[in-house]
Amino acid sequence: MMKPTDLLRFFFAAALALGALTAHAQLSIEITGAGANRFPVAIAVMQSETQLPRSVTEVVRGDLERSGLFSLVETGPTPFAEDAIPDFAYLRTRGADAIAVGRVIPAQNGQFEIRVRLYDTRQEIQLDAVSLNMAPAQYRAIGHRIADQIFEKITGLKGVFATRIAYVVKSGGQYRLQIADSDGANAQTALASNEPIISPAWSPDGSKLAYVSFQLKKPIVYVHDLAAGLQSVVANFKGSNSAPAWSPDGSRLAVVLTKDGLSQMYTVNVDGSGIKRLASSSSIDTEPAYSHDGQWIYFTSDRGGSPQIYRIAAAGGRAERVSFEGSYNVTPRPSPDGLTMTYITRSANGFQVAIMDLATRQYAVLTDSSRDESPSFAPNSRMILYATEIGGRGVLAAVSSDGRIKQRLSVKAADVREPAWGPSLH
Amino acid sequence: MRITFIASALALGLLAGCSSTPMSGDQGAAVEDRSAGTVGTIPTVTPDAMSGTSLAALRDPNSILSKRSVLFDYDSFVIRGQYMPLIEAHARFLIANPQIKMLIQGNADERGSREYNLALGQKRADAIKKALRLLGATEDQVESVSLGEEKPSCTERSETCYAENRRGDMLYSGEF
Repeated sequence: MMKPTDLLRFFFAAALALGALTAHAQLSIEITGAGANRFPVAIAVMQSETQLPRSVTEVVRGDLERSGLFSLVETGPTPFAEDAIPDFAYLRTRGADAIAVGRVIPAQNGQFEIRVRLYDTRQEIQLDAVSLNMAPAQYRAIGHRIADQIFEKITGLKGVFATRIAYVVKSGGQYRLQIADSDGANAQTALASNEPIISPAWSPDGSKLAYVSFQLKKPIVYVHDLAAGLQSVVANFKGSNSAPAWSPDGSRLAVVLTKDGLSQMYTVNVDGSGIKRLASSSSIDTEPAYSHDGQWIYFTSDRGGSPQIYRIAAAGGRAERVSFEGSYNVTPRPSPDGLTMTYITRSANGFQVAIMDLATRQYAVLTDSSRDESPSFAPNSRMILYATEIGGRGVLAAVSSDGRIKQRLSVKAADVREPAWGPSLH
Repeated sequence: MRITFIASALALGLLAGCSSTPMSGDQGAAVEDRSAGTVGTIPTVTPDAMSGTSLAALRDPNSILSKRSVLFDYDSFVIRGQYMPLIEAHARFLIANPQIKMLIQGNADERGSREYNLALGQKRADAIKKALRLLGATEDQVESVSLGEEKPSCTERSETCYAENRRGDMLYSGEF
């Protein structure tokens, strides 16, 4: 027998599977779990949007629906004018607690202005009004910006629709480091290689990726300027070079080197100069990650006999153990808001994404899969993107920090792994 | 061999100068394709003086030197007794050919974190390097690196396969 939640999940999976047929994205997203109380919102078709290459309204609707926090209310055939007060009584009978109306207006030099207003239908007040200038080709980016605005006004949380993600696709012995919009659209390949690529990490300004490439038959850390398509070496010492992590100010990278023996942590300037050893231990120290304020570096170490999470002051000092439960806790990633940390824990069910409250050290397992790895926080600290496996194939998945909302992102006939959620740039 | 060396040196020059040309794209990430071309090998000094017989021995299936892999137990970095004759033979070869270099690639099975597995593979490569050094190979001759779980020789999901992937491989100049 299906529980109501199962029914809900089935419904969304089915609805999204239909949607995926018409989507042009290489990376397709389906919702496998939604929030308990979804906010009913109506997104009216933007007036005159047929002047644009494709519908902005659909981008906004898709974003809000995939977030798992909203249910979209059909407004019927009656058009809504951007410059008139909508019929609140009618909208309430449709069950919409809010409505967004908008209009696309031609501007100079082939540009357009897009105006959007958001209303609360219960209190009958305007919540927000935005005006954005755009080139026609920017209809997706503008849609994400509008969705972010609506998301923020209604939930009080920063939207992350206008962000990008990086991940590695393996197919036919080739590895491609790809960058896509948060909804999987506009996938582009930044690096293609016959050797593995792992551990991509976004610079805080979103212009560069640091990663480990095996293109010279050993792990070497590179920084890649995305717009320029320039790859430069950050660390290529004798032995292995891996696990790059950016300092929050973007000036330095923490890396793991074996030039002095075991895997140990160092910091280095982005151009590869000014290398400094961060700590010395007689164990494996790896997977460094800076806290949001740059004060701490969280990392994995087997100094206690099993891999566990520790932290050390970024300036150096004594390491403090952070994880205690279980015999395998790895890949610590502190949240951008500084309150929590996500990591991978091994339980009887396998390797799963967990979250820890850094103040109380209470933790919870968020997933029910068994081969999870490489968790990465969204800039608003609400969603966690990670790699897992379904049917023997690597897929990306996302889970909300309360474990309720679940999404799956997959590329047809290819293995996807090593996701990294990029920063918010507006 | 000399040609290989020059090509490799060129590859290094390309990389060090990060001279990859900016690709198209006024929006988003440009594509850089490294799947073809000369980039892809570690530049190594290729020995000119190495005797033909030594070279042949490395590829002769009847010679112990043609065997290159050392397998490790789960969560272990100790070289099993059965591999000592193999390690000793390679150490003798390195001593007899001081100009030749070796790259040891450590590997791990696929379970768990990629970066942690990279560190585990490094410990396996280091164990082999340490044994070769104790037997007389020089620090300059041997580099130990890790491929982690990224290059499994066996891709099935079984204990047999996992055991095969907990491995260190010894490669000589020109072989990687």
